[in-house]
Amino acid sequence: MQEGARTELLRILGEQGFRDDQESRITHSYDGTPMLQALPDAVVYPVDTAQVSAIMKVLARHRIPVVGRGSGTNLCGGTVPLEGGVVMVMHRMNRILEVDLDNLTATVQPGLITKDFIAHVEGLGLFYPPDPSSMAISTIGGNIAECSGGLRGLKYGTTKDYVLGLEAVLPSGEIIRTGGKLMKDVAGYDLTKLLVGSEGTLAIVTEATLKLIPPPAAKKTMLAMYADLYDAARTVSRIIERRIIPATLEFLDNPTIRVVDAYAGLGLPLDMAAILLIEQDGPPELVERDIGQIEAICREERAVRVQVAESAEEAQKLLTARRSAFTALARLRPTTILEDATVPRSKIADMVLEINRIAAKHAVNICTFGHAGDGNLHPTATTDARDQDEIHRVEAAFAEIFEASIRLGGTITGEHGVGVVKAPYLEWKVGAAGIEVMRAIKSSFDPHNLLNPGKVFAKETRKRVVIDRG
Amino acid sequence: MAESTLEKRGARTAVNGPEAGLTKLNPLADKLKLRLDEDQLTNCMRCGFCLPACPTFRETGIEAESPRGRIALMKAVADGLMDPDEAFETQMNHCLGCRACEPACPADVKYGQLIEQARDAIEDHTTSHRWWVKTVRSVMFKQVFPKQRNMRLLGGALQLYQRTGLARLARGAGAMKLLPRHLADMEAIMPAASRTGVVDRIGEHVPARGPRIAKVGLFRGCLMDVLFTETNVKTAELLATAGFEVVIPPAQNCCGALHAHSGEAEGARALARRNIRAFREAGVDYIVSNAGGCGAALVEYDHLLHEDVQWREDAAWFAQRVIDVSELLMRSGRVTELLAVGLPETRDAAQAASSEAGSRASAPPVADGDPRAGAVAGGTPIAAAACAPAAETITYQDSCHLRNVMRSAEAPRRLLQQVAGTCYTEMCESDRCCGSAGIYNLTQPEMAGDILAHKMEHANRTGAGVILTSNPGCLLQMKLGVKRHGRDAEVTHVVDYLHRRLRIQEAPRRG
Ligand SMILES: Cc1cc2nc3c(=O)[nH]c(=O)nc-3n(C[C@H](O)[C@H](O)[C@H](O)COP(=O)(O)OP(=O)(O)OC[C@H]3O[C@@H](n4cnc5c(N)ncnc54)[C@H](O)[C@@H]3O)c2cc1C
Ligand code: SF4
Ligand code: SF4
Repeated sequence: MQEGARTELLRILGEQGFRDDQESRITHSYDGTPMLQALPDAVVYPVDTAQVSAIMKVLARHRIPVVGRGSGTNLCGGTVPLEGGVVMVMHRMNRILEVDLDNLTATVQPGLITKDFIAHVEGLGLFYPPDPSSMAISTIGGNIAECSGGLRGLKYGTTKDYVLGLEAVLPSGEIIRTGGKLMKDVAGYDLTKLLVGSEGTLAIVTEATLKLIPPPAAKKTMLAMYADLYDAARTVSRIIERRIIPATLEFLDNPTIRVVDAYAGLGLPLDMAAILLIEQDGPPELVERDIGQIEAICREERAVRVQVAESAEEAQKLLTARRSAFTALARLRPTTILEDATVPRSKIADMVLEINRIAAKHAVNICTFGHAGDGNLHPTATTDARDQDEIHRVEAAFAEIFEASIRLGGTITGEHGVGVVKAPYLEWKVGAAGIEVMRAIKSSFDPHNLLNPGKVFAKETRKRVVIDRG
Repeated sequence: MAESTLEKRGARTAVNGPEAGLTKLNPLADKLKLRLDEDQLTNCMRCGFCLPACPTFRETGIEAESPRGRIALMKAVADGLMDPDEAFETQMNHCLGCRACEPACPADVKYGQLIEQARDAIEDHTTSHRWWVKTVRSVMFKQVFPKQRNMRLLGGALQLYQRTGLARLARGAGAMKLLPRHLADMEAIMPAASRTGVVDRIGEHVPARGPRIAKVGLFRGCLMDVLFTETNVKTAELLATAGFEVVIPPAQNCCGALHAHSGEAEGARALARRNIRAFREAGVDYIVSNAGGCGAALVEYDHLLHEDVQWREDAAWFAQRVIDVSELLMRSGRVTELLAVGLPETRDAAQAASSEAGSRASAPPVADGDPRAGAVAGGTPIAAAACAPAAETITYQDSCHLRNVMRSAEAPRRLLQQVAGTCYTEMCESDRCCGSAGIYNLTQPEMAGDILAHKMEHANRTGAGVILTSNPGCLLQMKLGVKRHGRDAEVTHVVDYLHRRLRIQEAPRRG
């Protein structure tokens, strides 16, 4: 890093807040994305908005790129500093500034760990639903930047539905405030929503006002197993048709069932095509009624086995299969590539069959589980980064999976973000004109392309694969 | 350019810094490349799930102080992206070795093995130990730990020192002030050393009381048998009461844990072989340990000797039979029955307490997401208000190695919860390392001190009058904690506590 910029940053941050030794650079060269690494020139740890603003001014003057970083758990290469520059770690800005019990809002700093926040508000008898599986370590800032979802997305929505207002620092160092403790606000463009899911490419979020809701009084869990994939998929559609919105509606396909059973020894029937895990919450009477109806639908749709948990422990047991899915897959092979192609929920069965067909065609191992209620699937390839040939096949398979997803009216990513990994496919989804609008937005926020360069926008779009359906 | 994402991903492994293609000669780098298990390095998918479990990350918030960060540093060395410099060594030594990152890891990365391999390589090269660490290390690792006779002598010397008033003199004269503060503090909390070990006291064999369930070999531990001889004696007596025939093979020696954790792998293997022979020849069904740190080393003998064709099978035989004393007591059922009945004078209190038992914790926290792993999060604190007035409030601090390596977290808690007339109160974050971690509190006093201060905040909040542990290192550390930050609480080993509550009939003593 240029000596001038370095001195200025050191002056702002002190020895504690600025590091450019080998150790710091190596440990900020990666995130949760497989096979992706690039070294930053320095790492900074701001403690407040004023510092963030001061840092941004220095970086803008010296035209040094900056990548915001929460806990580096994203799966799209979002925090890998492709063009070097500075990684800005938000961990030291991790305070809960206020919980407003009159307005049911919380104002927090972005480095706050999601689970710590959820635990805190639950302690106050309130509820913050977005619960990505990574919440024990992900940050609120990272959740906002990726618009993360979770198991409760179907009924409660995702991060975007809970962000009411933001404070953010632009690449110029200017501080903007959007939204507020407001349930309604149409004063101008909705910059809050624009920043949610912007993957650190428009501004650094320094404060967020989040919506809280009262927690549901009761919850009930059930599991249904199917010999035919379409029966399971139809169950999902029928539940929604009957105007029931379960809190959770999760899905495991056959390859995943096998892996989970081998890992956790749950005695699952290995000939099942799919397992659905369903939870409903709310007032006790309603939960009873809904679960009763859902159970009936499952049976009508030829579920081979339906289990309703009668106690909290039993519910835990039923949840085990879904909860261990990722762990079980991660242990199979050294490298695990988790994607999140998403389709309209009526197309789930078609999509799963497509994924299985594509995996077989390329001779790769892909297991699929995910949020059936949201149509958000996690086709997960287990492979080995050291096997170049296999990696090429995995990559070809994912390109086809993205194509299939779009063909079925879906998208290339439901909750993990575009980052660098899916940038070459973005145009398939949003079209050339869509990319142009996005580029224009990007350059109005960040004219010198300093914020997280190389993300979202690919240097070149990938040629669309011609699907041979034989 | 971007023909494919994954090619792009692949291409990006070429790093853009000046370190790329580093070819400078560095013998430590070569050794690390050789020693570090490439599969384990690749298995880490950098998901970050281990970060919240790691005490050093929690204390500092710095990625390099996390398991993921340390593995990334090792991998960078193995990949030739980075030169292992002094900062690298320091970072590897900062790790407590508590292995809380292992149960938290979805990919089952064997972090414990990686850090041992890294330290082993470093140990061959390092020049950076402080003088006193170096001296203590060399004497301890080569002369004292491997030889139980020398341990005895050390015990004798310590005893002499403590008994003769030399200790008082030294403290009074300020001789202790010449030592670093933590060493001086440690000196003050050391239990009375003894010159006679468990075998001298009760012999090599204690018959089972009542019908015999199985034959168990007691692993007495080297330090354990000098500083906590009484705990060893009581372990044998509890086991006998529970229905086990106890043998104490005298040929056994130090488990080698400190060697392995400190980069002395060859020393550890030699010790392992001798222990395996001793217990094999004794023909036992179980090898019982009462020190989490030792037990964890014993249970991994199969890994330690997996490249040793001659010993591999025996090592596996041994590792399969290693068990912690609490686990065995739970399984027998006899001790739990006795505990539930309680002592005559505590029965009333027991009844009062049991009527409120519903509001108490019945099981330790279990992991979210992994049905087999131990808990990631700390124990949920339970209000002390649930206790009957007459009950003694007790709490338990996990031994990291018992919990994370032997994966035994429930047994000691269950046993303690069943002691009539006491009120078991779970400590917040009881699953987190106390900062003792072998000789960590001697080599990394600052970090150990910070961790301990936090630990004691939680311990004090339980209001417990007795803090229980399952490992001598933790026991001393918690004592140090009570001394530095504490309310007046007794710190004792689970075995000693159970023995006391049960008023177990003592085996005939010899010495
Ligand atoms: C095993 C595993 C399971 C996962 N499960 C889920 C899941 O169920 N649902 C889901 O949606 N995701 C999931 N994820 C993905 C990931 O955890 C989420 O995207 C999470 O929100 C990232 O949070 P983080 O703090 O780690 O952010 P990081 O990875 O550090 O950053 C993510 C992005 O946010 C930007 N950013 C971070 N902080 C700021 C800030 N203050 N201002 C501006 N930009 C910022 C970064 O530049 C980057 O682009 C999972 C990941 C893993 C490894
Ligand atoms: S939890 Fe395991 S795989 Fe994930 S970063 Fe930590 S060591 Fe690596
Ligand atoms: S062993 Fe303990 S201190 Fe070391 S990395 Fe793992 S959790 Fe952290």
